Amino acid sequence: MSFPTDPSPELADYAHPDRLVTTAWLEEHSGEDGLVVLESNEDVLLYDTGHIPGAVKIDWHTELNDPVVRDYLDGDAFAALMSRKGIRREDTIVIYGDKSNWWAAYTLWVFTLFGHADVRLLNGGRDAWIAEGRELTKEVPVATPSEYPVVERRDDDIRAFKEDVLAHLGKPLIDVRSPEEYSGERTHMPAYPEEGALRGGHIPTARSVPWAMAAQDDGRFKPHRDLVEVYLTKQGFALGDDVITYCRIGERSSHTWFVMKYLLGFDNVKNYDGSWTEWGSAVRVPIVTGDQPGEAP
Amino acid sequence: MSDAALPPSLQAIREDFLALSVPDRLQLLLEFSDSLPVVPEGLVDPDAWERVEECQSPVFITVDTQPDAVTVHASAPEEAPTTRGFASILVQGLHGMTPDQVLAVPPDFPLQLGLQNAVSMLRLRGMSGMLWRIKRQVEETLKASGSTA
Repeated sequence: MSFPTDPSPELADYAHPDRLVTTAWLEEHSGEDGLVVLESNEDVLLYDTGHIPGAVKIDWHTELNDPVVRDYLDGDAFAALMSRKGIRREDTIVIYGDKSNWWAAYTLWVFTLFGHADVRLLNGGRDAWIAEGRELTKEVPVATPSEYPVVERRDDDIRAFKEDVLAHLGKPLIDVRSPEEYSGERTHMPAYPEEGALRGGHIPTARSVPWAMAAQDDGRFKPHRDLVEVYLTKQGFALGDDVITYCRIGERSSHTWFVMKYLLGFDNVKNYDGSWTEWGSAVRVPIVTGDQPGEAP
Repeated sequence: MSDAALPPSLQAIREDFLALSVPDRLQLLLEFSDSLPVVPEGLVDPDAWERVEECQSPVFITVDTQPDAVTVHASAPEEAPTTRGFASILVQGLHGMTPDQVLAVPPDFPLQLGLQNAVSMLRLRGMSGMLWRIKRQVEETLKASGSTA
């Protein structure tokens, strides 16, 4: 059973308002059967310092990635993870996290690879919940293991690999990193030098639209009309375009992927999770430096 | 891994971590985060703080190097408990050591705590960066004062 869409007027203009919930909606429905709340943060300990009552922790790094190969879990491992966390296939899942929901969006994207039908983000994430003085707890819920079917991951709809990007050059490509990473002055994100690449710059033709262009200072997404201004009016993307987003490992670009797909309503958007840590270290792929997108080779 | 070279305080921290299950190691790291000593206002010159660039969150360290004892101060936000925990382990573990002892701490100490699976290698690099910067500050002070390490 899916929960009804949050009817809040602030969500109504988005293309798919059923993919977001407000803090008030979550508080109202918290604890109801069939609703699972997941917290996904950059910081692996943040959940333990206090979280939304009933929320279950999920870690993007230690739980969603394959421990050996640079890839996500396979169908068996995902089903086992869901079972351990007490999540059923028909559950409605609301995900929230730190840093304007970067890692929450990343987790939502991974759940979508496995076709989990009803996954939503809490608009504003952890910061919005705390800023409104809503309840936090350190109590960790004890999960009753669930039956979750083994579903093979489907990478073709929303995930792009390096070869897909090479074949896509000339079509809309969004680089969501900082302007310094885009131009090639930096090979890593400010304060993240450990996730560097061997070369700096960007993928030819990629437009620079830093992820924060879609976010407000309070961590919530910008209203629909502002997103239209940023992506359609200024950048010239048109609904119906095939779009690929990337950053350095695919987390900030999951945020933009969510915006393009669910808030603006682009049907065909893929996230290139290999992103700059792969492209900037790969042999003989084309790279452009400087602040202009450059030409497709 | 070089057990023999580990000073007793760091050895004790290491044993505490390794005695626990992986989930409990995270809880111990959280306890370290909660017990990061507060730096009294005015104790550290604001210009003396050095940002640890290897960490994903804003964490700052400064090292007071005296001939007989090194004191590390660290400051990290409460929203970054993992980083705070790393800082706290080093602040408490290095407390009271001589400059030579600090310089002799094996650079792979952060990898000896059994946190790779709990926290991930990527995040642990932040702690390695912190240790490296502490040792560099100690070294610089020794050089400036004409002592040899």
